Amino acid sequence: MAGGYKYFEAIEKHAGLLGILTAIMVSIGGLAEITPMFMEAHKVQPADGVKPYDPLRLAGRDIYVREGCYLCHSQMIRALRFETQRYGHYSVASESVYDRPFQWGSKRTGPDLARIGGKYSDDWQRLHLQDPRKVAPDSNMPGYPWLEKTPLDASDIQARMRVLRMLGDPYSDADIASAPEALKDKNELDALVAYLQGLGVKNEPASMTAASPASDGGTP
Amino acid sequence: MPNTETYNDHVVRLFLLASAVWGIIGMLVGMYAAAELAWPALNFDIPWLTFSRIRPDHTFGVIFAFGGSALMGTCYYVVQRTGHTRLALNKLANFTFWGWQLACVLAMATMPFGITQSKEYAEPEWFVDLLVAVVWVAFGAVFFATLARRRIRHIYVANWYYGAFIIAVGLLHIVNNIAIPVSLFKSYQVYSGTVDAMVQWWYGHNAVAFFLTAGFLGMMYYFVPRQAQQPLWSYRFSIVNFWALISVYMWAGSHHLMYTALPDWVQSVGMAFSLILLMPSWGSAANGLLTFNGSWHRLKDDPAAKFMVLALVFYAAATFEGSMMAIKTVNSLSHYTDWTIAHVHSGSLGWVAMITIGSLYAMAPRALGQPAMYSRRGMEVHFWLHLSGTLLYVLAMWWAGVTEGMMWRATQPDGSLTYSFLDSLIAIKPLYALRWFGGVLIWLGMWVMAWNLWYTAADARAHLIKPIPVPIPEPDSDQTPAPLPAQG
Repeated sequence: MAGGYKYFEAIEKHAGLLGILTAIMVSIGGLAEITPMFMEAHKVQPADGVKPYDPLRLAGRDIYVREGCYLCHSQMIRALRFETQRYGHYSVASESVYDRPFQWGSKRTGPDLARIGGKYSDDWQRLHLQDPRKVAPDSNMPGYPWLEKTPLDASDIQARMRVLRMLGDPYSDADIASAPEALKDKNELDALVAYLQGLGVKNEPASMTAASPASDGGTP
Repeated sequence: MPNTETYNDHVVRLFLLASAVWGIIGMLVGMYAAAELAWPALNFDIPWLTFSRIRPDHTFGVIFAFGGSALMGTCYYVVQRTGHTRLALNKLANFTFWGWQLACVLAMATMPFGITQSKEYAEPEWFVDLLVAVVWVAFGAVFFATLARRRIRHIYVANWYYGAFIIAVGLLHIVNNIAIPVSLFKSYQVYSGTVDAMVQWWYGHNAVAFFLTAGFLGMMYYFVPRQAQQPLWSYRFSIVNFWALISVYMWAGSHHLMYTALPDWVQSVGMAFSLILLMPSWGSAANGLLTFNGSWHRLKDDPAAKFMVLALVFYAAATFEGSMMAIKTVNSLSHYTDWTIAHVHSGSLGWVAMITIGSLYAMAPRALGQPAMYSRRGMEVHFWLHLSGTLLYVLAMWWAGVTEGMMWRATQPDGSLTYSFLDSLIAIKPLYALRWFGGVLIWLGMWVMAWNLWYTAADARAHLIKPIPVPIPEPDSDQTPAPLPAQG
């Protein structure tokens, strides 16, 4: 065998060495890409106008997560002309700083929802969530009729907000104290609609609302 | 001292059974979810039957329950055979089986009830994640302890891949699932927004790399030469590919986030490494295929070999497609469409499922004390059902994906968009029905395999089979551990 091979042979014959070298090789790529982003993360400040979710919308976001909406709807308008034409200004990093987990999605069986807020009335959203085919006969979206029948569980909203505060979301003591009041007499559908109607409105940086591209305005 | 050491095939048989059962369950869920997309009335307004609730059950069921059981079972089989030693830590090995099954049942039973983190391919909540982590560490302990007591000094390359699979998946699972529980059924990720996106796709992409590729390459490197009855085409080449594959794959995750709010440089790095990745991918595929050189006639009378060859062809095709889809221009069309679904399934049904089925057909008779599978015709039927189902599925989804991509970007001469979103959905609906039918064929094939395994296992079920003694190699003076003396 050629000279250098004996060093390599050592790897082939020692399980520990092989395991350690494997662990090093698989770690490099992830470290190189994730570490800089981690260091940058504190710099990605929410832009003006991007606030943490208020209690009702937070409850709605958690219902969106629970129902698995991300499997068919993205919340990420890519920086491509035909995307901004259809959905509005492309999404920027500072809009999703309060999303745990992120909701960019990977598949659009339905349209993007990053700026869906305010595009339809509350009534349309309610009807559509209960039975999508009542307002869009060709839709293949499932209905979610149980949301309206389920009152919001206000018992752990404060615990949720406290954990989020621990992770860095700026909720004040007053925000947390008043949370159960905000959920009073609301059902899950109210919360989800509040969340949807806030998308791209409540988390849209102020600088963007003024300077939308001229082509914006295509209906989704 | 007579040699009384035997292979531990008991735990291998348990995993074999589990993977057949999970394969049927996972694909049944997938078939139902596919039907719901074509005929939404099938959601029946029942929460736990709704598409968005059961889709994670399909992905978890086929990847981690079916694929995971097959990987752990074949890993235990291969590490014993290539090291001429019995599996270390018998009790811990049994624990890995029952622990893994418990984790799968818990995950599958909680997700349809909305107990989910909503991170793709990492949906189960924190308490399942903890159990998975414990089982995974135990799995690693059994594997490396078995390697440590091997009697063949040289570690065969299949074990390298299994080892990398165990190390990397453990790392990915733990880093991606760091969360703070709010209650038993709800937790929040420590990562948010852009960082979470990067961590998630670093995980998601490398779950494909190390769960669905490295692990199954380990399977391939043992069972392909076994079934071709020839040595690997090039051992040296397999090693070059190993180091290239494991180090390059980890860089490519950001190709899932092209044109998004992820920093541009990360997108470009992801694209570059995805193109480089084609080389080790094709290297492994070529090495496997060329191993059949000179024994192509085996394809005529061995359906297991046929599954393996087709698996390698699909592996080469899917990795080529993957690298192409990572090019930004192509990605702008393919992303968010059913093209992604086609790509995933040409990889999972073509490569992963076929190499698994081929390997199970190769391993099952040996682990069950039979000269061959119960029915060769059953294997043939399975092969044709699986292949035609996969082709139907993948072709339907390619067609759908390209249609969506073209319709979403089509503009009229005045610059306005030509189609509404709903137009694109209406255009692809018939293809959703066709895809469902492809899934039905594949699922029927899994039943044929289960039936065949059931009859092959007749002796095992009657407790008639005897454990197989470990062949003890000639003593080698400087070998550790010192081998047991040969029998007689």
